[in-house]
Amino acid sequence: MELVLSAGIGVLTASGVWLLFRPRTYQVIIGLSLLSYAVNLFIFGMGRLRVNAPPVLEPGGTGGLLTHTDPIPQALVLTAIVIGFAMTALFLVVLLASRGFTGTDHVDGRE
Amino acid sequence: MLLILVLAPFAGSLVAICIPTHKGTASAWLSGSIALFCLTVSAGLYPIVASDKVLRYDINWLPELGLNFSLRMDGFAWMFASLVTAIGLLVVIYARYYMSASDPVPRFFALFLAFMGAMLGVVLSGNLILLAIFWELTSIISFLLIGYWHHNAHARDGARMALTITGTGGLCMFVGLMLIGHIVGSYDLDVVLSSGDLIRNDPLYTTVLILILLGALTKSAQFPFHFWLPHAMAAPTPVSAYLHSATLVKAGIFLLTRLWPVMAGTDQWFWIVGLAGLITLLLGAYFAIFQQDMKGLLAYSTISHLGLITVLLSLGSPLAAVAAIFHTMNHATFKASLFMAAGIIDHETGTRDMRRLSGLFRYMPITATLAMVASASMAGVPLLNGFLSKEMFFAEAIETHKYNLLDTITPYVATLASMFAVTYSLRFIYHVFFGPPPQDLPKMPHEPPHWMLAPIYFLVFSCLVVGVIPALTIGPFLHTAVKSVLGDATPVYSLAVWHGWNLPLFMSLIALVGGVGLFLIMRPYLATSTEGPPFFRRLEGQRIFERVLVTLSWKWARSIEMRAGTRRLQPQMRILVAVALLAGAFTLLSQGFKPATIVFRSIDPAFALIWLIGMICAVGAAYQAKFHRLAALVLLGGAGLVTCITFVWLSAPDLAVTQLLVEIVTTVLILLGLRWLPKRIEDPDDPEMMTISTRLRRLRDLATAVLAGLGMMLVSYTMMSREIPETISSYFLERAYSEGGGTNVVNVILVDFRGFDTLGEIAVLCIVALTVFALLLRFRPATESLETPEQQRVQNAFDDDHPDRKKGDSITEYLLVPSVIMRWMFPVIGMLAAFLFFRGHDLPGGGFAAGIAMSIGFILQYMAGGTRWVEERLRIHPLRWMAIGLLVATATGLGSWVFGYPFLTSHAQYASLPIIGKIPLATAILFDLGVFSLVLGATVLILIALAHQSVRAPRAHIRAAKLAAKETA
Repeated sequence: MELVLSAGIGVLTASGVWLLFRPRTYQVIIGLSLLSYAVNLFIFGMGRLRVNAPPVLEPGGTGGLLTHTDPIPQALVLTAIVIGFAMTALFLVVLLASRGFTGTDHVDGRE
Repeated sequence: MLLILVLAPFAGSLVAICIPTHKGTASAWLSGSIALFCLTVSAGLYPIVASDKVLRYDINWLPELGLNFSLRMDGFAWMFASLVTAIGLLVVIYARYYMSASDPVPRFFALFLAFMGAMLGVVLSGNLILLAIFWELTSIISFLLIGYWHHNAHARDGARMALTITGTGGLCMFVGLMLIGHIVGSYDLDVVLSSGDLIRNDPLYTTVLILILLGALTKSAQFPFHFWLPHAMAAPTPVSAYLHSATLVKAGIFLLTRLWPVMAGTDQWFWIVGLAGLITLLLGAYFAIFQQDMKGLLAYSTISHLGLITVLLSLGSPLAAVAAIFHTMNHATFKASLFMAAGIIDHETGTRDMRRLSGLFRYMPITATLAMVASASMAGVPLLNGFLSKEMFFAEAIETHKYNLLDTITPYVATLASMFAVTYSLRFIYHVFFGPPPQDLPKMPHEPPHWMLAPIYFLVFSCLVVGVIPALTIGPFLHTAVKSVLGDATPVYSLAVWHGWNLPLFMSLIALVGGVGLFLIMRPYLATSTEGPPFFRRLEGQRIFERVLVTLSWKWARSIEMRAGTRRLQPQMRILVAVALLAGAFTLLSQGFKPATIVFRSIDPAFALIWLIGMICAVGAAYQAKFHRLAALVLLGGAGLVTCITFVWLSAPDLAVTQLLVEIVTTVLILLGLRWLPKRIEDPDDPEMMTISTRLRRLRDLATAVLAGLGMMLVSYTMMSREIPETISSYFLERAYSEGGGTNVVNVILVDFRGFDTLGEIAVLCIVALTVFALLLRFRPATESLETPEQQRVQNAFDDDHPDRKKGDSITEYLLVPSVIMRWMFPVIGMLAAFLFFRGHDLPGGGFAAGIAMSIGFILQYMAGGTRWVEERLRIHPLRWMAIGLLVATATGLGSWVFGYPFLTSHAQYASLPIIGKIPLATAILFDLGVFSLVLGATVLILIALAHQSVRAPRAHIRAAKLAAKETA
């Protein structure tokens, strides 16, 4: 399980980083999205991988790390997903505006 | 009391800035009453400081850094505080009549009061760091005041120069003060003042001294930093009278005097301070003779007098320190009054050029008389206060303090400078008030309003009284001030007018007679000469300053940028990733990182298969992103889905829900954007086109990417194979229900335990949405993407070919069945959102997920019906939803204050509603409602703003077509 997930994180990172180096804005935006998947999964993985142990308690009960998975990385990733969306949106709009102003979709605004 | 004294002017300043521009008089009244109030307060404190007590006020601010907000008032600080408030009051009265109604007067008074507060802060600080803070504040406010008439280029330049020089000096001084704190082990002024030997014997003493002197000498306009002061005269005259004669420039003197007991007496002190002071004294007086601008003359005279005080402080003898303190007060009185008189003349005649002014005595006898008395005091004529301190100065100059050249020449320089002082004072009076009536002045001169003269009356009167009976008037106050600085070393001194026939008196006589003689010789030359002294005219400090500034901030900066910087994003990205890789590798390897051994056991084949697809998607997206954008987007979505499944698989239902919804919205978003990107035709991999350098570059990028991927994989695998250590998670897991009232721990963390973080996060989301909105308002699509999309063209062509069809029919019928379904989905999605929202506290879901789900509902409507169709039927106000969301979330947080709990404390309760049943009703749900509303608003705003581009585009298209038609015609 751990091996598969970490290999996945590695491939996502590599693809993302490769795209970050590319000259077209669209490539960069896809790269950033891939990279943010990788980072989210990485943070999530810090809470260790557990099957069938969601951090949802019985009403009135308490929980612990023995019976439930770690909720903190999940809370962090939840906000990260939403912020990641905002980032993508902002970047997309900057990309469009830059394309409108400069007439090209090169990251430097000129070929 | 001290706190009120410092805060009252700042509070007044805040009020004054809110007064509308045309209500100038109201702000003057406000400032006057604040100044009067502060003066009364400080006067009321006199009995305490007179009995040699030190008044203190301490608040712990950052005690662990030795930084306390401590104010302290002793005799010396009291003297300065009274000076600041008293002259402040007089200047306010004066400024009330000086400022013209067309100026933004409230702004002037607001800055004025803020300056008063900062200055009081400087003199009353009981902590070195606090002193530095107020010191910088005075620099900044002085900048704003000099540049008050910011439409005037001189004012802007003068302000910038003053800020650059005093600001730089202030930074040096700050370092010096920190070093003192380091040497002494405390920033507290009382502790510092009692550890003089420690400081003087420290190896860092010289460094500290130079740094502090840089601060003090720049502030007090001492050579070689004197040149900013004449340029600061572009300020309104009340500012010059207040800042550049009485208070701001005295801050340097104040600091030197304050630290005199702990720093003075050494050779370094004597040489640096003495040399700077002596040169300033002489040059200032010399330059002042040749000024044609009245305020310029006064500015150079101020420089010279400050030099005199600096020389006195350099001598290191207690008697000289007494003279320095005394002269500080005297100079403030006569110079402020002279500035005010110069301002009146400027105000009433329209010019300050002494070549144009003459014979004003017949038009304004009262102003003339007052100015004459004040300049006599400046020249050091007996029976006026200027004379007394000058006599003390001469007496000290003759004394031998150290056996060296500087000490030997001091009396001669002093006499010469004093002779010059007589000359320029005489010149000021003679050229302005006597001689033939003035020709073609911009205005007909007459006496100013009575109240404008009142402050000058008062100041000149005190010059006279102090000059005649010093011991009875200023004596006790001076004594209090001196004792607080010198302590046990307070010498015996006498404040009499007549000390018998002695050497200082002769020196005064020589200066008087010589000065008058010099004036008579130079009068014809001065009547017509150009501005500035001969020989020195070209060697202007301002020029040097500007050249240095240009070299530093333009030439050097440019060349560094040319060599070390790049504006291209790709190299920056490569450096960024390389540094991150190296930093990560270095840290891991130096800490002895051992990657865990890879074990192939316990791999779920299904999970592995899913991730195989995920990896193919990721690599495919990377490969296709250049030429097949849509394919790349689909593959990206695939990778996102695999991520989502991973979350489900590994017990993170909340994440899965959010990820899935965000995935949909992101895809729609990028799809909307795709249209505005330029077309890219795949060029068949032409081996000719791929140069070797391109190949190498790609290979390097690939290697970096693979390295980064491998690194991430190793680190994450190693981390995940370890046992989880004890973290704060157990705390949350244990108390989520008992204290947060919810069973979904992730949601409880978000809306309750860490609610403040969430509040910050939704604020960020709000800002991003607004930025997107604002950016798109100004968005101009590229002309080539304005045409009707190919698909629509094909459909229209089809309509044209079939006579039974109208144009546009195909577009309306396009995806007819799905769009009907989509329309009907709206309530269903609304229900889903509500469901997600209400179960959020106990089961996976919550405000974030619900908000995004609801926004998908709206987007589907847009997709099904088109922008216009939706907006005709639904009222969509995402901006309002966002505002409501932020307000609700914040108000929920504030609500807990009403019940006496800290911000964002929540209260849990269950309520049963009919049909729906029992739902958790913690106050956190209100907070979550805010989150919901904001997320919904932000998402919809972003998407709609982007979607609207296609509605706007045709208009732009029409404009472009018109433009093209014009050009051809």
